[in-house]
Amino acid sequence: MHYSGYLTHGGADLLTLDAVTIRQDDFLLCAALQITAGARVAVIGPSGAGKSTLLGAIAGFVPLAEGRIIWANADISGQSPALRPISVLFQDNNLFPHLSAFDNVALGLRPSLRLTKTERAQVMAALDRVGLSGYEARRPAQLSGGQQSRVALARVVLQRKPLVLLDEPFSALGPALKAEMLQLVADICSETGATLLMVTHDISDARAIADQTILVADGVAEGPFETAHLLDNPPASLRAYIGASLSGPPDRR
Amino acid sequence: MTRDPALTARLLVLLAGGGVAAWLIVLNFGALGAVAWRAEGLTALRGADWAAVRFTLIQALWSAALSVLLAIPIARALARRRFIGRGALIMLMGAPFILPTLVAVLGLLAVFGRAGLVNQGLEGLGFGRLNIFGLQGVVLAHVFYNLPLATRILLQGWATIPAERFRLGATLGFGPRENFRQLEWPMLRELVPGAFLVIFLICLTSFSVALTMGGGPRATTVELAIYQAFRFDFDMGRAAMLALVQFGLCACAGLLAWRVSLPSGLGSGMDRPVQRFDTGTLSLRLWDGALIVAGALFLLVPLALVALRGLPHVAGLPPEVWQAAGRSLLVALGATGVTLAMTLALAHAVIAVGPGRGAMLEWLGLAALAASPLVIGTGLYLLIRPFGNPRDFALVVTMLVNAGMALPFALRLILPGLREVVVSQGRLADSLGLHGWVRLRIVTLPRLRRSLGFAAGLTAALSMGDLGVIMLFAEREGATLPMQLYRLMTAYRLDDAAGTALVLLGSSLALFWLFDAWGRRFADA
Repeated sequence: MHYSGYLTHGGADLLTLDAVTIRQDDFLLCAALQITAGARVAVIGPSGAGKSTLLGAIAGFVPLAEGRIIWANADISGQSPALRPISVLFQDNNLFPHLSAFDNVALGLRPSLRLTKTERAQVMAALDRVGLSGYEARRPAQLSGGQQSRVALARVVLQRKPLVLLDEPFSALGPALKAEMLQLVADICSETGATLLMVTHDISDARAIADQTILVADGVAEGPFETAHLLDNPPASLRAYIGASLSGPPDRR
Repeated sequence: MTRDPALTARLLVLLAGGGVAAWLIVLNFGALGAVAWRAEGLTALRGADWAAVRFTLIQALWSAALSVLLAIPIARALARRRFIGRGALIMLMGAPFILPTLVAVLGLLAVFGRAGLVNQGLEGLGFGRLNIFGLQGVVLAHVFYNLPLATRILLQGWATIPAERFRLGATLGFGPRENFRQLEWPMLRELVPGAFLVIFLICLTSFSVALTMGGGPRATTVELAIYQAFRFDFDMGRAAMLALVQFGLCACAGLLAWRVSLPSGLGSGMDRPVQRFDTGTLSLRLWDGALIVAGALFLLVPLALVALRGLPHVAGLPPEVWQAAGRSLLVALGATGVTLAMTLALAHAVIAVGPGRGAMLEWLGLAALAASPLVIGTGLYLLIRPFGNPRDFALVVTMLVNAGMALPFALRLILPGLREVVVSQGRLADSLGLHGWVRLRIVTLPRLRRSLGFAAGLTAALSMGDLGVIMLFAEREGATLPMQLYRLMTAYRLDDAAGTALVLLGSSLALFWLFDAWGRRFADA
């Protein structure tokens, strides 16, 4: 099925999913797409369509049945997750509950937690960037949900990886806090020039943060499309998911 | 091409797990092979040997049946009553598990023995004396050990019945009888076979209880017969044949146990009385109260007597007792280290190789439950003999065998926790590049700290109190504390024995408490 909103790319720093097929028991997902460096891309689609699986495959947790994943002209399909140029925030368990905020962030720099003075300063700067100065000694249980998200984001800041994947890490937060966190992520990605891929259930998040959108439905990941254009003129598969009342330009909502 | 640390770590896990698996195969099966091979021809079993086989089965059947049957009403009473000290009593029921056998035996003798409390009472009333030695003594000691275990297992079963069911029962007018039939009996039907088998299996390899409470041609277990054939007659052929028989018995029981899901009984989470609506009548309250008091007395009085009788004699103990205590401490700490290392390696490998082959590895780890320490000890003795005097290795062998015996329990405690860490935090650790030693130090060990502490405490206490393989190996000097205690008992140096028993009891409990407390620190994380 062809859709008029496809974006076309040129340029070197691309994330390319080259004829990728993911197979898990009787679940099948095909993806052939390219994302430019620095783009902010929403991944939307019905529950169970495979949004998280797609992100898992890019991050290296889900094996590919066929195809390759290419970043900056290098095939990264065979690399283990930590070697990929990727920071991931999962739905939950983004922090180790027994480690302090400082240690949780520092793991992004040194898995051994043996830090030089400069590195310690970098960790403090990252905590400062997300507004958590003074909280470095606390454990996750002593922080609010929003603060826990900020700790995880501080680690993303510190890792400085060119690709940031969000698998709905803020879904447990209230709407206002979630919007604030997404804006913080967007700002951080702008500062570092990182490419952002975020799974979302919320069409308004996609509109607010992501200029492009990948649609995952019926076993296929398609796109990226221009977010506004896609949501204003949804194809049938998307319309069924978002419902008629939510489609259309934002001023009608 | 650069080395991928994730793959290196996986390779290490598989190597370490494979190493442990190989060692377990040597321990559980290789030792038996060595016995059969070195025996230079098996000797046919004599009538006395068949009597030992019969006695082993009969005492194990009685012990398991009595333990489980008595545990049902006691567990039921504990499940439906709340009282001050309930939690402490349930915790105490875990104690016999780490209690040195000889200490328990001394305690039971103080109550039921020739000059014990019961016989004094009977004599005062003009009755004859009870004789505790023989089948009744062996079964009594086994029930003392396993009644609390069975009670804890069944109590866990009661805890799995949702409180809502009892509420529903109350709206339908269920009394105790209906509750039993509709709610409690189905749970028991699931749990009792497993509990019975576990205890049967434990009693099948009974050595030190049979050594002290049994003995003689009419009350000898196979395990004890192996020791006697080996140590007194030095009849390798007969020892080997008996070892094969013992292995066969254990393998049969083990296979049965494999079919029935075995309960663990070591877990927590049973300190949760459920509100009941059918237990208000006075007679029922008296009945439950009497059961609980009787159970507590059966458990507590022997231990209290060991403490009371031992206390005055601790200060005057001869130096060899303290030297033996030092040796036992070393053996216990060594066994603890080895067990934890083996358990961690094996548990990581179980998860790494996936469900199918993982289950095989897990089974290998649990197989030691059905293994006979005396068979393993005999095998190791024969394997060492070509290279040196086995008696020089007495402590090392004791430590290794103890470590192998504690492995099933440690694995049961640690594997679920490790699975949980992998499921909840494996991806995060992978994405951060936490592999190998660093991952163990930063993620796994801190998260497992609680179960590691508990497992370490169990291993140390079990090893401290174990009287088994060492009896095959040790000479006059070089005894462990339980062995020293056994010598004092057989030499009728009863005051020294009482003091030594208290030292042994104290050090076992202290080791358990220290490790467990270490595990509980920072457990809030």
